[in-house]
Amino acid sequence: MSDTPTRLIDVRQHVLSKNDRLAQALRQRFDQAGVRVINLLSSPGAGKTRLLEETLRRLGQRYRVAALVGDLATDNDARRLARSGAAVRQIETGGLCHLEADLVTRHLEGWGLASFDFLFIENVGNLVCPTSYDLGEHARVVLMAVTEGEDKPLKYPGTFRWADLVLISKLDMAEAAEFDAAAARASITSVHPDATIIATSARTGAGLDEWLAWLEMRGTRHEVP
Amino acid sequence: MHELSIAINLVQIAEDAARKAGASQVTVVYLRVGALSAIVPDALRFGFEIATDGTILAGARLEIEEVPVRIFCDHCAAEADLPNPQIFCCPTCQRPTGHMVQGRELELTSLEAT
Repeated sequence: MSDTPTRLIDVRQHVLSKNDRLAQALRQRFDQAGVRVINLLSSPGAGKTRLLEETLRRLGQRYRVAALVGDLATDNDARRLARSGAAVRQIETGGLCHLEADLVTRHLEGWGLASFDFLFIENVGNLVCPTSYDLGEHARVVLMAVTEGEDKPLKYPGTFRWADLVLISKLDMAEAAEFDAAAARASITSVHPDATIIATSARTGAGLDEWLAWLEMRGTRHEVP
Repeated sequence: MHELSIAINLVQIAEDAARKAGASQVTVVYLRVGALSAIVPDALRFGFEIATDGTILAGARLEIEEVPVRIFCDHCAAEADLPNPQIFCCPTCQRPTGHMVQGRELELTSLEAT
């Protein structure tokens, strides 16, 4: 036994305060550059990349758009998205299950943020871990495919709860998946009573006008002249 | 499973705070974890053991206080704890409410150290 007395040290600090500080600095940079930043979250295979591909293509006709794509491995998604003509960078996390503000900061190096109106950050496909990490985004969008089961929001309340927008994706597959739209809406609003919900299909284009209008409403500073 | 990176952050903050206070060994870490913090306490305990190895927190006990989701109901003009964080309805009047006042904590509250 040591004779040194035990004492209580008061700390009261958020465990992710370092990430939060970096995220706050990012948000300031984004604001100064006049770029709106969207953090896209979903489980793997919910159609983030496909939706983003179509979003970049359509939004890119009127705005300067860019994407930062997080994946555990491979740059397949970045190569796929680059076909839309948008500026795209890949973050390979090397196994890390989420993006952190520090990773985003490093991958923005040398990118003139002021030359973009919208930057989409496609998070690693995962409905748990990315939730805890602020990336300095202005809006957090959570995707849920019609093939996933209507109760997904109840299984991941922590993620859906903080969504500024819930996008239901792959609407073109709703019938085959026997998707119950009312049940899906009920589970989303159960965890997030004020949720904004848009049902989309990147394949047929359903709901995309509404999604783009939502993005524009969330504000951009300058249109392409 | 991001609990290991959470544990690494936790250890860094605890080490800094302990050193600042002139302590040389941390024996207990008190943490508040909200029901909607997306943290699994058992996974965090496991990560904590790994992350503390070789630090002044080695062998320290992790005390986790699980914090329920608390909402404010406009209708009742009162706060209430949700029995189930999947259903954002006031447990008293059953009306939906999105106003959450607690439940997302991930806070290192204090340390016991020598």
